[in-house]
Amino acid sequence: MSYQEHAAEIVVHAIEKPTFVRQLKQFLSADNILSEPEDMKPYECDGLSAYRTLPWLVTLPETIAEAQAILRLCHRQGVPVVARGAGTGLSGGALPAANGVLLSLAKFTRILSIDPANRRACVQPGVRNLAVSEAAAVFGLYYAPDPSSQIACTIGGNVAENSGGVHCLKYGLTLQNVLALKLLTIDGEILTLGTEGLDNPGYDLLALVTGSEGLLGVIVEVTLKLLPIPETAATLLAVFADIEKAGAAVAAIIGSGLIPAGLEMMDGLAIRAAEAFIAAGYPDDAEALILCEMDGLTVQVQADLAKAENIFHAYGALEVRQALNDNERKKFWAGRKAAFPAVGRISPDYYCMDGTIPRRRLAEVLKEITRLSREFGLSVANVFHAGDGNLHPLILYDANKPGELELAESFGGQILRLCIEVGGTITGEHGIGMEKINQMCLQFSTAELRQFLAIKAVFDPQGLLNPGKALPSLRRCAEFGALHVHHGHLPYPELDRF
Amino acid sequence: MVICPIPNSTDFNVKLLPHEQDLSEFLREQVQTAFANKTPLAIQGSGSKSFYGHPVRGEPLSVSRHRGIIRYEPTELVITARCGTRLSDLEDMLAEHNQMLAFEPPYFGADATLGGAVATGLSGPRRPYAGSARDVVLGVRLLNGRGESLKFGGEVIKNVAGFDVSRLMVGALGTLGLLLDISMKVLPRPDHESTLLFSMSRDAALTQMNRWTNQNWPLSAASYDDENLRIRLSGAATALARVHQQLGGELLANTEAANFWSDLREQRLAFFQGETPLWRLSMAPAAKTPNVSGSWLMDWGGALRWLKTEQACDSIFREAEALNAHACLFRSTFGSEFQPLPPALAILHRNIKLAFDPAGIFNPGRLYADW
Ligand SMILES: Cc1cc2nc3c(=O)[nH]c(=O)nc-3n(C[C@H](O)[C@H](O)[C@H](O)COP(=O)(O)OP(=O)(O)OC[C@H]3O[C@@H](n4cnc5c(N)ncnc54)[C@H](O)[C@@H]3O)c2cc1C
Repeated sequence: MSYQEHAAEIVVHAIEKPTFVRQLKQFLSADNILSEPEDMKPYECDGLSAYRTLPWLVTLPETIAEAQAILRLCHRQGVPVVARGAGTGLSGGALPAANGVLLSLAKFTRILSIDPANRRACVQPGVRNLAVSEAAAVFGLYYAPDPSSQIACTIGGNVAENSGGVHCLKYGLTLQNVLALKLLTIDGEILTLGTEGLDNPGYDLLALVTGSEGLLGVIVEVTLKLLPIPETAATLLAVFADIEKAGAAVAAIIGSGLIPAGLEMMDGLAIRAAEAFIAAGYPDDAEALILCEMDGLTVQVQADLAKAENIFHAYGALEVRQALNDNERKKFWAGRKAAFPAVGRISPDYYCMDGTIPRRRLAEVLKEITRLSREFGLSVANVFHAGDGNLHPLILYDANKPGELELAESFGGQILRLCIEVGGTITGEHGIGMEKINQMCLQFSTAELRQFLAIKAVFDPQGLLNPGKALPSLRRCAEFGALHVHHGHLPYPELDRF
Repeated sequence: MVICPIPNSTDFNVKLLPHEQDLSEFLREQVQTAFANKTPLAIQGSGSKSFYGHPVRGEPLSVSRHRGIIRYEPTELVITARCGTRLSDLEDMLAEHNQMLAFEPPYFGADATLGGAVATGLSGPRRPYAGSARDVVLGVRLLNGRGESLKFGGEVIKNVAGFDVSRLMVGALGTLGLLLDISMKVLPRPDHESTLLFSMSRDAALTQMNRWTNQNWPLSAASYDDENLRIRLSGAATALARVHQQLGGELLANTEAANFWSDLREQRLAFFQGETPLWRLSMAPAAKTPNVSGSWLMDWGGALRWLKTEQACDSIFREAEALNAHACLFRSTFGSEFQPLPPALAILHRNIKLAFDPAGIFNPGRLYADW
């Protein structure tokens, strides 16, 4: 398949696998080392399954000391390391290095403590996102960031990607909900970032590490902020004749001073796919639908719902429905949360994009996506974290048809370019990984990339941690730039071309 | 294009502020020259927070004339402004659209600038409930120590492309880069606010603040001055009425309440007066009072403790470390001082500084004395 490693980003080493395995076995039980292709098969890709490589070796440490020893060994031998949580990432971030160690955190599954008085939980990185809220529920608390993959994805992966969820407009992304973490550096040293306070002395390394996609270190412990479970949560479903009216209604909701706990939008194709999949109760002839959730004190929620409902009507909603009970509310959300697999049912394959745009450009962007869809001959379903401008166009294709995947990818590339052009970004929450590494060359200048590379070198001078992901080499950008001359400007004119 | 009118939209016709100007080019030249000559620079806004951190030995470089709001679209909840923009101008503009900087930045001077607020990273009473300065910074344009103009983050709420350099700048006291423009997330102002006052002991106040937070009452500030606990609540009038009915307490008059919270934020309360060194301790909200003699004032529902004491610096840093908290000598006649970093982190900090500012020209010594 069509991801391209770049020679400048490949780390070479000369150590033989049997020798390396022997060294590993000095501190790691043989059960926790996988080296046979059939054992390693489950690790060959993450959620972006079109990209696959077998790792050189898989290690499954059980303690921090073991993880440190693995890193020390890799560091000494110059062997690349790719950390892996649940492998649900959608940008190929956990794609193995063919000559490297895949470091799985799958055995770090303990919730170490829950401190209800201070509203925080200390967990190992392999703990699943939903497990935190489940464990905190007895104290009336929960963990707010809720990616749709929350039954499977891990907290370590969430921190590495700075993942979001439908609740992040009101409650923030992972970044705003992490209080402290322990990070292993490539030379096996353990750093504690954060204290028990709400802020920390020195530079904000917590912010730097959050979203760093496994490039700066391996996260081995995370302290999360918990929130009290709201007294009431209520959801409105508003139906619109077209996506532009729905977009204007979203802007009006925000402009009116409401901050919904969730504000999501789906287009006709996504609505019908979700409805066919789980019968969420969506009107299946609708062209656009908004889910708007309010939470908090019951009296507050009542006031907010009334205000929102008026706005939806004023902006031309064909129908506004309030979920009658918690069951119906959960069904409304289940439809949205299952949108990806639902689209997966109506098409052999789909390719999920993750651009963010200023909300006011939504109608324009959707029109352009529709035009591109015709041009490429591939359908698109759109789901949209409308509250914060994060758009997920799902491009439908069939990998068995020769050339369709490549077509889907270049379509995706056009969407990302569009996101940059309207003042947005190429990834709101899924990360750069392997997938969007070329587009990094479009979003950032040489000097900006150099600054990123300088930061990377502080933590990992040999570039052993997740090489070839998230941060392109300047060589890659020079070559990519040569292929994408834009408005007559050649990016990176100062670099050699070949 | 969006056809329906969007309420409350400025359509980008942002009103010009007095003295608005873009000095990016001028500042870039200054930094490039300083880099070439290895001249240390002392970056200066209005100087309202110059007491915070160590004095800098360097040539003054004023950024206060690089000011103006570049973009503000209320329905996007984002504002972008130049670093020298006065906080008061910015907050006035937001107030016109019924929005606010939810982290309630302390001014410490009428001319306080946006750049200073971000570089110090300080947040006011609303912080535990609505987020900190670093939580709301979405993007920056900065000059690094080579005088290169770089843009990180953006003007959208969600953005995970590249390392989060924008937020690394928050609280870095200008030692990593010169902030040119800053984009921030803003929030709507609450419909109503009310403040309730309760007399109680310190331990009772700690328990009470945390219990009420856990019970999900719509708190937006909670402070205890060793006599009275004051909580501020935000939301619909009906919601606030219900909270008052449920929790009791004395309802403060609106002006009295507003004055109290701004006097707390600006350190104008009687507690903050006098010559005794003032310490700031950031710690777990429900944690017991640290074993240091002195007088205390709590903010942030217990997560921020102000302390006035003559006790030696070392002993306070040690006590903070033992509690997994951190302390800062905030104001004193002999300057301020931050909690020392463990050795491995100290080296990392030094190297990050070098990655941004290889010649060490930005605010040398301001954060840590030796660089
Ligand atoms: C159906 C579906 C729905 C999704 N919905 C959302 C959504 O709503 N919002 C959202 O943000 N994302 C979503 N995702 C994407 C994905 O679930 C998130 O990115 C998630 O955080 C990845 O977690 P993981 O444990 O699977 O990490 P992995 O995929 O295993 O790894 C992701 C990255 O993190 C690194 N990493 C993992 N663990 C560590 C560690 N301990 N230390 C250092 N680096 C580490 C890896 O090297 C890799 O670069 C969805 C994915 C799917 C399949």
